[in-house]
Amino acid sequence: MVSAVGVLLAAKGTVSIMVERCKACGFCVEFCPTKVLALSSAFNSKGYHPPHLVAAEKCSGCDLCGMYCPDFAIFGYRFAAGKADAAAEVDDAS
Amino acid sequence: MQADPRGVLTGVHFLDGDHACCEGALAAGARFAAGYPITPSTEVVERFASRVPLVGGIFIQMEDELAASIAIQGAVWGGAKAFTVTSGPGFSLMMEHLGYAIMTETPCVFVNVQRGGPSTGLPTLPAQADMMQARWGSHGDYEIIALCPNSPQECFDLTIRAFNFAERYRVPVLLMMDEVVGHMTEKVIIPKAAEIEVEPRRHTHKSAADYLPYGTNGDKVPEIAHAGEGYRFHMTGLTHDERGYPNMNASTQDKLVRRLQQKITDAAKDIQLYEEDGIENADVVVVSYGITSRVAQRAIELARAKGRRVGKFRLITAWPFPHARITELAARVKAFVVPELNMGQMVREVERAAGGKAKTIAVAHAGGGVHLPQTILAAIEEAVR
Amino acid sequence: MSAPNVVNPVEPFLRSDRMPHIWCPGCGIGTTVNCFTRALIDSKVDLDRLALISGIGCTGRVAGYVKLDSFHTTHGRAIPFATGMKLANPKLNVVVYSGDGDLSAIGGNHLIHAARRNVDIKVICVNNLVYAMTGGQSAPTTPGKAITSTMPYGSYEPSFNLPHLVDAAGAVYVARWTTFHVRQLARSMAEAFQKKGFCFIEVLSPCPTLYQRRNKMGDGLDTMKYYKEKSKIRHGAPTPEVGLTLNGEIVVGKFVDRDRPDYRELLHAQMSETLGERYIDETELVCS
Repeated sequence: MVSAVGVLLAAKGTVSIMVERCKACGFCVEFCPTKVLALSSAFNSKGYHPPHLVAAEKCSGCDLCGMYCPDFAIFGYRFAAGKADAAAEVDDAS
Repeated sequence: MQADPRGVLTGVHFLDGDHACCEGALAAGARFAAGYPITPSTEVVERFASRVPLVGGIFIQMEDELAASIAIQGAVWGGAKAFTVTSGPGFSLMMEHLGYAIMTETPCVFVNVQRGGPSTGLPTLPAQADMMQARWGSHGDYEIIALCPNSPQECFDLTIRAFNFAERYRVPVLLMMDEVVGHMTEKVIIPKAAEIEVEPRRHTHKSAADYLPYGTNGDKVPEIAHAGEGYRFHMTGLTHDERGYPNMNASTQDKLVRRLQQKITDAAKDIQLYEEDGIENADVVVVSYGITSRVAQRAIELARAKGRRVGKFRLITAWPFPHARITELAARVKAFVVPELNMGQMVREVERAAGGKAKTIAVAHAGGGVHLPQTILAAIEEAVR
Repeated sequence: MSAPNVVNPVEPFLRSDRMPHIWCPGCGIGTTVNCFTRALIDSKVDLDRLALISGIGCTGRVAGYVKLDSFHTTHGRAIPFATGMKLANPKLNVVVYSGDGDLSAIGGNHLIHAARRNVDIKVICVNNLVYAMTGGQSAPTTPGKAITSTMPYGSYEPSFNLPHLVDAAGAVYVARWTTFHVRQLARSMAEAFQKKGFCFIEVLSPCPTLYQRRNKMGDGLDTMKYYKEKSKIRHGAPTPEVGLTLNGEIVVGKFVDRDRPDYRELLHAQMSETLGERYIDETELVCS
């Protein structure tokens, strides 16, 4: 399930999440400099609430979330110059 | 393959066993040793420390035997042939890492120049009381190879054998010397390098994509790769599968433990070295090893001079024990006489193998000296009665 | 559509077939691995010439998860294994990645001797203040009054100040960060990879399941917030002054960065001086 398209002309980047690896520690949510993430109400198969983008337009793709994530479940990336990406990539299967 | 001439001190020498062992290691291609001083083994590494900078290699005196016994394994995985040297108390400390070498299939040599024990015991006097420890000293199930030289010449020869077995079967091999053999000085002939057969490391030729660190192609011994060659393999002391990944369940355990044992037991004929003399019509067979075999030789001569039919069976390989041969002999002889510098260790194997078909007479000695030939002779006389 | 070719920078370094790992929610070890990965990329280390050696414990499991030549050795003995490996093949970049109990208790002797010798290895010590894998027993780093499974009424043992210990033993690079300081940690690791000699980086990490839980300190995130709030960056701080206390201030930074000849340089110099032409300096001891 891919999250809805937001107004992304301002976003410099986005995140990619492997929901099945997430253990909802909350590091990414807390330490994102622009507070683009929050734990979702959805569950992965282990019962954890993975994060999702709540302010996608503010994502710079700095990958601080990726640096913090102890489960290697999320990373951020910058868009190639001039291109806007449609949505955060959320990989349910992995 | 031939020995590297740079490590071979060709010639006729007058050396003690410790020194001859060092020369054997160099001839076998050992270029790294780590050790910790402990009487009566220290001379092995002292000589190595003097010799190896002139040959091309490193000796490091580590802070304890725990460090020494694993530093050599790091060196092996870095590409070298390596060994360590110790005696009783150090041997005890090295047990965990002996097990690590067994589990990870690290080819290396551990030398134990046995002395009186238990504990600090008799640092400068002989015993042969670590023989069962050699077999069972580390925790868990495993097979081990242990060789027993009885002369400085054999210290040279069997050290090379030890390295060769280590490479062939990817195991740590024990060289079980004793203080007398280690400190006795005798003629040692070191041949030309071209005449010394050295086993090469069983390095894989597979590509990184195809290589499995603990995969075997029918054969029970995996091919090795070293760190830094692009194989990006993982090695662990945990029970592991062919990829080297921890896989901790009963079925992986069964597969692994059996293979580790079978790679040795399947090769028993290659590994079990022994010397027999006068066995054919013997009433009594004297089973001995190490320095005791030298004394036993005299006792056997004295007994034969009295008309006794005495056979000699000298263990060169103590482990794996030549069970089948002893069982065979047990069917034909009256008794085995087993003198050892301990209170009865290898004699238990003889007794087990004899299966009650022949008497087994231990000639114990708590250590600190060697038997008198007369003591062994008395046991032979008792046995023929 | 999303960019399908974008990969997590850490992923190529992982044995993905072994994910998910065993570490608990909120444990910081995985975070240190991200920093390690980043440091490897930034310092352009040749990954085929890198060996990662670990001991036993939660941090010791790092070896099994990274796609490098990795060696999961015995408890406390990663450093002597690393010493042997580095001496046999000095072209390898040898990293020891292990925990506080493994490195400073059972491994303490080897830690100080490798520092004394200035063996050219990089030691990353993830310090969660307990023996985590075995259930949260006391470690030499457990702060006074903390509750552990073997000190159920509160610890009364003075604890090690690891930077001070390795500094005094002779380490040429000593730094401490926490798992909050991801960028600085990655930078320190990269510096260590470029530096010759014995380098030691301590990383404070949460153990929410055991240490934090028993001491009612919240979860991993609470601990990270504590790190953020109570850490003080003091580069060059004298190491005797950087000891840790229960819930106290955490001095972080690069404390020691000095130069002295490493073990191999010392060996070579001495042998050359004494033996001259007769000294055979075999760089790699690789057998055929």
